[in-house]
Amino acid sequence: MRVTHLSLADFRSYASLEIALQGGVTAFVGPNGQGKTNLVEAIGYIATLDSHRVATDQPLVRFGAPRAIVRANVEREGRTQLVEIELNPGGANRARLNRNPVPRPREVLGVLRTVLFAPEDLALVKGDPGERRRFLDELLVARWPRYAGVRADYDRVLKQRNTLLRTAAMARRNKTSGPNLTTLDAWDHHLAKVGGELVGARLALISALSPLVDKCYAEIAEGGATRIGYRSTLSPEPDPAVDVLTEQFLAALGQARANELDRGITLVGPHRDEMVLELTSSAGEAGLSAGLMPARGYASHGESWSYALALRLAAYDLLRSDGSEGGEPVLILDDVFAELDAKRRRRLAERVSGADQVLITAAVDADVPEQLIGQKFAVAGGLVSAA
Amino acid sequence: MYEGVVQDLIDELGHLPNIGPKSAQRIAFHLLQADPAEVRRLAEVLIRAKEQVRFCAICFNVAEQQECRICRDPRREPASLCVVEESKDVVAVEKTREFRGRYHVLGGAISPIDGVGPDDLRVKELLKRLADGAITEVILATDPNLEGEATATYLARLIKPMGLRVTRLASGLPVGGDLEYADEVTLGRAFEGRRQLDV
Repeated sequence: MRVTHLSLADFRSYASLEIALQGGVTAFVGPNGQGKTNLVEAIGYIATLDSHRVATDQPLVRFGAPRAIVRANVEREGRTQLVEIELNPGGANRARLNRNPVPRPREVLGVLRTVLFAPEDLALVKGDPGERRRFLDELLVARWPRYAGVRADYDRVLKQRNTLLRTAAMARRNKTSGPNLTTLDAWDHHLAKVGGELVGARLALISALSPLVDKCYAEIAEGGATRIGYRSTLSPEPDPAVDVLTEQFLAALGQARANELDRGITLVGPHRDEMVLELTSSAGEAGLSAGLMPARGYASHGESWSYALALRLAAYDLLRSDGSEGGEPVLILDDVFAELDAKRRRRLAERVSGADQVLITAAVDADVPEQLIGQKFAVAGGLVSAA
Repeated sequence: MYEGVVQDLIDELGHLPNIGPKSAQRIAFHLLQADPAEVRRLAEVLIRAKEQVRFCAICFNVAEQQECRICRDPRREPASLCVVEESKDVVAVEKTREFRGRYHVLGGAISPIDGVGPDDLRVKELLKRLADGAITEVILATDPNLEGEATATYLARLIKPMGLRVTRLASGLPVGGDLEYADEVTLGRAFEGRRQLDV
């Protein structure tokens, strides 16, 4: 799958932009602050209806403009589809597919699939557990769209249950009569049901992902092994079967009940679970054991960077290996080469050169490895020109 | 902003559910241009409805007398009871003409976010109705969303121990629709609830 044409109106720094893109490698080169990332952000937005940089749509609209429009022609197996999204901060966004309006923008998800690596991804390794949960769940939804609904249901039940617990805890503290807690069992039942499904899917995803990450990491970083685990609040040994997970979740809720009533919040469940990233140090210093250690806190900056990149590349490999269902995703590497030394650059370049479409941003020409010969654009002052 | 009473009218209309400021303004000007007799009829029926309509003492459906039409109807099967969230759900089920039992209107669904717990619904009244043993099946027809499901689960847990048959409406594909237009959640539910074909 590839994007063959991108058109922007009032998106970020671009008042108006039309560019034709080819398959293979395309590099956007230009000094900082000229709008390179805005381009790949727009393509990422078409795929996910979300920006990898900001949480709301407002900053995506050019300052002073009422709305932004992002349009892309997406070619897959010889067929071209046109996706258009109108961003209306303060109102509802609208989307069109092949010039026909769709009832909900969500319906254009899946037309374009991307895997985007950006400097912000360092947070996958160094940041809070929430960053890693989001990575897992987003990949889950990219593979199996049904889980978008499961996730939304889980969040909703969790919110209801937390509200109930909080009101009860507040009433107890103020010694007033609290809410009727007999409904808690009903909420537990639904939380465990959707939560079990979510954890089951995450476990399946991790077992598919872990060997791929290990392979990618070994390729980019000089040696070193990785392992991804899942630390669940449901059970020290979460069972991959959803029925069993639901039972384990219910048991965990039963144990946590007194504590939860006291603190007024749900203390167990996938929203508290952690994807654990481990690695062996490649430093090979004498006396250092070759055992696995947690990446967070122990990994060096370079190792963390390689680990984050390996996670994204593994996600890319996984989606690609899923076969024709979704089509091969477009790989986007935002400002990745500057952080890698010559040897790693070369290895990464070899790795991605066979992909359907790879979009790269770099500050200077020298950052783009020679192997990656393809289309090149110069980005300066909000203008994009073939170079 | 309009002068005095016009703005008052727009504000009052705007308090109604699903009426935004634009719609409120449109309705207000429609009323101002309408025949005075027509507006008087509307005003009178509003007041009369508020004064005369009450809730059925048995099922809490809207009624003009002590008991609603359905609860008074002797032809209704006394053994089955359909539990719904709102009066409008009674009308929806009645339209099917499939169900010949009676109803119980809860007055909403359990939702802590909206501050609604079982004590705010007619749950106690439901249990009282079930106590005399005349009803043998309870059909839980709350909305198929999370709050409706949680309410159904909560009620089922209360009612099952009384030895009654408790059923829940099926969820799945709409009749007469196309499979390709169903969203993943609905289609997933339909797979869960698939049944054997008797041929």
